[in-house]
Amino acid sequence: MHIAGNIKKIPQTSGQGEAVMTVRNLYKSFGAHRVLIDFSLAINSGENVVVLGKSGSGKSVLIKCIIGLLKPDSGTIEVLGESIPELSDEALDEIRMKIGFLFQSNALYDSMTVRGNLEFPLRRHSITATQEEVDELVKSALEDVKLEHTIDMMPAELSGGMRKRIALARTLILKPAIILYDEPTTGLDPITSREIIELIKEVQQKYHSASLIISHDMNCVRMVADRVVMLIDGKNYKEGTYDELIQSSDPVIKAFFE
Amino acid sequence: MLRSQFWKNFLQETGEIARFTGRLFSQWFKPRYEIREFLRQCYIIGYKSLPLIALTTFIMGLVLTMQIRPFLVDYGVESQLPAMVGIAIIREIGPVITALIFAGKIGSSIGAELGSMKVTEQIDAMEVSGTNPFKYLVVTRVMAATFMLPLLVVLGDAVALYGTYLGVNMTGVTNFGFFWTKVFRNLSFGDVLPAFVKSFFFGFAVGIVGCYKGYYSKKGTEGVGQSANSAVVLSSVLIFIIDLIAVQVTDVLGLN
Ligand SMILES: Nc1ncnc2c1ncn2[C@@H]1O[C@H](COP(=O)(O)OP(=O)(O)OP(=O)(O)O)[C@@H](O)[C@H]1O
Ligand SMILES: [Mg+2]
Repeated sequence: MHIAGNIKKIPQTSGQGEAVMTVRNLYKSFGAHRVLIDFSLAINSGENVVVLGKSGSGKSVLIKCIIGLLKPDSGTIEVLGESIPELSDEALDEIRMKIGFLFQSNALYDSMTVRGNLEFPLRRHSITATQEEVDELVKSALEDVKLEHTIDMMPAELSGGMRKRIALARTLILKPAIILYDEPTTGLDPITSREIIELIKEVQQKYHSASLIISHDMNCVRMVADRVVMLIDGKNYKEGTYDELIQSSDPVIKAFFE
Repeated sequence: MLRSQFWKNFLQETGEIARFTGRLFSQWFKPRYEIREFLRQCYIIGYKSLPLIALTTFIMGLVLTMQIRPFLVDYGVESQLPAMVGIAIIREIGPVITALIFAGKIGSSIGAELGSMKVTEQIDAMEVSGTNPFKYLVVTRVMAATFMLPLLVVLGDAVALYGTYLGVNMTGVTNFGFFWTKVFRNLSFGDVLPAFVKSFFFGFAVGIVGCYKGYYSKKGTEGVGQSANSAVVLSSVLIFIIDLIAVQVTDVLGLN
């Protein structure tokens, strides 16, 4: 019975290339609280996948498991051919250079300027770069998000939307192959949200990266998703394109699209 | 009921701090060494505390002298004023007052800083940027607190004694050189060394408690305030406990 269940859960691919990330049969609980229960998902190169789920359904827990900030109880997570839960600290640092992570709360370093924030991943990962190269990367990352003039400002001096864009620039500075976005538009006004969504799409076209985007913003889902995964009750409840899901007659899914 | 809950929490927290300390030592000597961040913390924790420590210890030296003088005058041993205040400052009051001020300033700021970094996911962000946050944030701060407090104590003692000098001078006129000779003639190695050594422990306690409270801060802004507050309370209590242990140890070692 279990095996049959597993086979059914092996994620479908949409034929855009080979999978750059696969999550299979993931379980994660905190004490008695079971958050992820047999969750599976795959992302192919160049694909934008949106994970949709209610608040508290475990979306942040899922991507924190993927980046190795949380250890799953069981299940496999493979990113670019490496099994994340089994990696040593050094190997994990290595693979994290290829994964961008945009935090739900931005996580900008309060004590550093915008420049310091952007330089941090460049200086901390074992990359050998001269000062000129670092400056160049910082400048081009700020150009990508159109905030060149904020380079010497502190995060506290920026608006919410600007902070989100700086966080995005920091996420992208190492030109990651895979980008994980945790609710990139939550808490922003519709116009700023739209700008962020446009930026996400631009970045994807420019760097051909694959992305996993967590969102409950239907605009965002409609505009960026090649495929949508519904995270309900800790499982991959249903996946498909936006158009497929919006036509679903299942009341559980309908509730999200109304 | 309530009391058993209290002891349960107390023991649990003690265990957790012990585990945290163990983790600290297991990482202390292993590369990568965060020298730059350590020096930056020495500047913030040590150098930036100078004015506050100087001000408070100066006033303390002055006031202490003025309070003790009438008593010595009664006994006709006013000439012993510098020696008596000097020994009180160097052996006990200097280190403890400096450490308490330090706990109030540094313990709370470390607790609040790490606490807010925790709740706004900055610590996670460091981890995904190729940084071991425990080394980068905790080890550097605890080290800086441990090494900076003894220096601040030495400075605080000196300023307090200068306050004493002014206090002595309020009535009679004392020659500056003569004053210092009087203070130091009565001081022995056994007075200075234990006081200096215990300030390392005071500094360590303030650093580790601040980091522990911040690093395990509860979610939300309320959690940050709580971290800062309980860091100060716990490290202040620890300072007195360490002081008590230190006096027993010096007694046993025959340094008293
Ligand atoms: N470190 C943790 N310790 C204990 N419980 C946790 C922890 N992290 C998350 N949880 C629990 O896991 C559940 C899922 O949390 P998660 O943050 O993944 O939700 P989410 O889907 O991202 O919600 P939101 O849309 O509000 O961000 C929540 O019930 C939360 O209480
Ligand atoms: Mg979340």
